[in-house]
Amino acid sequence: MSQTWAYISNYCIYSAMAVYTLSFFAHAYETAWAVRSPQSEEASSANLLTKTLDYTRTEKVARIATAMMILGFLLLFAGVIARGLSAHRVPWGNMYEFSITGALAFTGAYLGALRKYDLRWLGLLVSIAVLLTLGTAVAVLYRPSAPLVPALKSTWLVIHVSAAIISGGVFLLANVIAAAYLYLDSMESKGPRSAWAQRLPSLEVLDQLSYRLVAFVFPLWTFAVIAGAIWAESAWGRYWGWDPKETWAFITWVAYAAYLHARVTIGWRGRRAAWLCLFAGSTFLFNYIYVNIYGTGKHTYSGL
Amino acid sequence: MTNEIEIPELGALGLFRYSWRQLTSMRTALILLLMLGVASIPGSLIPQRDQNPMKVTQYFTNSPGAARWMDRFSLFDVYGSPWFSAIYILLFISLIGCVLPRSIEHFHAARALPPVTPKNLQRMEFYNTWDSNGSELDRAHSWLKSSHFRILKTDNSISAEKGFTRETGNLFFHLSLILILVGVGFGSLFGMRGEAIVNVGERFINVPTTYDSLTFGKLFSEKDLPPFVITVDKFVAKYNPVTNMPEDYTLWVTEVEKPGAPAVKKIIKVNHPLTFGSTNVYLQANGYSPIVTVRDKAGNVALQGPIPFLPQDGNLRSIGAIKVPDAKPQIGFVASFLPTQARDALRGGISVFPEALDPKLLFSVWRGDLALDKGIPQSVYRIDTSKMERIGLHSLKPGETFFYDGGSITFEGIVPWVNLQVVRDPGKTYALLGGIVAILGLLASLFTRRRRIWIRINDDGRVEVAGLAKNAAPGLEEEIKKLFRLLNGEK
Ligand code: HEM
Repeated sequence: MSQTWAYISNYCIYSAMAVYTLSFFAHAYETAWAVRSPQSEEASSANLLTKTLDYTRTEKVARIATAMMILGFLLLFAGVIARGLSAHRVPWGNMYEFSITGALAFTGAYLGALRKYDLRWLGLLVSIAVLLTLGTAVAVLYRPSAPLVPALKSTWLVIHVSAAIISGGVFLLANVIAAAYLYLDSMESKGPRSAWAQRLPSLEVLDQLSYRLVAFVFPLWTFAVIAGAIWAESAWGRYWGWDPKETWAFITWVAYAAYLHARVTIGWRGRRAAWLCLFAGSTFLFNYIYVNIYGTGKHTYSGL
Repeated sequence: MTNEIEIPELGALGLFRYSWRQLTSMRTALILLLMLGVASIPGSLIPQRDQNPMKVTQYFTNSPGAARWMDRFSLFDVYGSPWFSAIYILLFISLIGCVLPRSIEHFHAARALPPVTPKNLQRMEFYNTWDSNGSELDRAHSWLKSSHFRILKTDNSISAEKGFTRETGNLFFHLSLILILVGVGFGSLFGMRGEAIVNVGERFINVPTTYDSLTFGKLFSEKDLPPFVITVDKFVAKYNPVTNMPEDYTLWVTEVEKPGAPAVKKIIKVNHPLTFGSTNVYLQANGYSPIVTVRDKAGNVALQGPIPFLPQDGNLRSIGAIKVPDAKPQIGFVASFLPTQARDALRGGISVFPEALDPKLLFSVWRGDLALDKGIPQSVYRIDTSKMERIGLHSLKPGETFFYDGGSITFEGIVPWVNLQVVRDPGKTYALLGGIVAILGLLASLFTRRRRIWIRINDDGRVEVAGLAKNAAPGLEEEIKKLFRLLNGEK
């Protein structure tokens, strides 16, 4: 019975990867084909822009790209649920499971933000990031579905880990946007934007957007850290022990607090704020990748 | 921010004032905050004494020079080091120095009315003007009131403000950080932490001598140990038959809270400690104690009972030492215990499952001087065999006996042991409270927008409406547009 669910989960995740790949190609097609080479009469005109953008010809593809992203999200969601059913628990027991749930949260954050902001240009980056995450999960991190070790058997697993994974997804989205900011900023400092990048939002919008995302999840991350401390108190007899995982969660928290401070009280904007945002996000990734795999602390649940 | 640094008046007071201003400035706090983050990095990469003492010892053996040098900078005790403490103490002084005055200021400001409408409204972020129809002020007043603005109304103008919660939440957040630190400090001064290995069937009495290891906070006294007694009745560990991973540990105990109190049956699990006030008892680890009887040549019992062995791997292959100091000459057994024995071509005897399905005790027998009375503390799991000679090598199943030259050993059976961790932390409630307030404060401060709206009817009959959002918070535009429409009589 539980084996069946494990198989279903695997198939869902493979299908999700296939669909994300389609979404990736659709996004790539859109980005590339919206650029129209100049017609002869246009080229002779005074218009200095030698290339123009014409979205009407890619609108259909763009819709397909987003639709594929949504389908991928649903399949991945089903995969995560089936994984949980196969083991009769929440699917957050090892690094494979953290990764697939993290990819789910990341796509979810993107799709959620897409409802409010015109973020379709990000789809290319989002689909690459999700494919890389899922690829690594399936190829390197995969472990058969199994019950939890006793220390993980707690309601706090659900609370703490879901808060952490959602925060992570949103932090990473903010990071992708900060990176896009820096890239476009350096492009603009050399002259006008390339044609394909003209559709991307202005620098101010990107700057605001990554700030909003961080400000939005910072309380959730704070909650994740505190929930972890409460759990540690009931499982290990201390709420804070400077275990490597805890230490890096703290570093991430401090880095984002510094980022918010720098923006709200000192008025950092633009490049410096984007670098700080990237730095803070990289502490999160470091915690996830390095500390999970090479760390020696009590948080050795990677299953590797 | 001016960059000119005022030269302070000479004199201690001036210097103090100057340093205080510098310390409690935003910039200093930000730098200290980042420094705290950076300072906690080495501790996550270098093994720490209180988490991983074995690894630290290894460091000292492998590269003693570097290790001694690193030790001088407390790199093996980062989180208790003077430099780490210095950073966070400075940070929190800085925090107190800036948050307390701001709180007082805010408390006064919260009861004051919004400032009067400024002269030049057209410079504001959102501005509109049109010919008055006479009813704008009243309409605006009732709308602002129903939207919970704080309002200062004069004959011809309204000044309204909303979003004080932002600053309130922010202050509560910063104050809660102080509360968390107070909780942490209180816990480490008045707390204690100890561990004891208890065989199933035995009692744990909460006095210092029962502990295998015990550390007190600076202001903790032995009298503060609650006088409870725990009897370990039964312990069951369940393992996954495929992965050998543990699935469940359950410990049944009988507790007596204080002398004369009734005995109560309780269950301890990994995430469910036993609680006595601010003292918790945790199930921390488990293993096996082989029960042995050692007899001398004449058949008199020299030693009898369970001896805790130390697990070495996930399948609970354990090592231990059975020391018989009363035998003449002294006898020692360097032993290992396999809960489910098997043979491996390379490693010899191994255990293939953590449950005691096919237990076996392997040992070598040593005769001579156990070196127990040297005053040097010895591990209970090891024997210093430098002054001993080996007189036998054997393995036993439960119930079997081995005779060596000078006596015999019988492997009677096994009993599990559990490691109880006893922790008292009277500060944790404050830290938890601080954590909750921190989150609520953050939510209040990050999700409220502070903004002001002004309406004025000028002498020439024109209405001016303006708005200003603090911290460039979004959403004011929508709000102002709504107000414009309302005032213009549209629905
Ligand atoms: C001297 C010490 C400090 C001062 C003067 C200070 C002051 C401030 C001020 C003025 C704000 C902006 C409030 C607003 O305009 O909404 C702020 C926000 C914030 N502070 Fe501090 N702070 C200090 C220390 C700290 C510390 C130690 C932390 C955390 C470790 C911290 C975390 C935050 C966070 C997360 C915010 C963002 C909240 C928001 O955007 O409203 N602060 N702080």
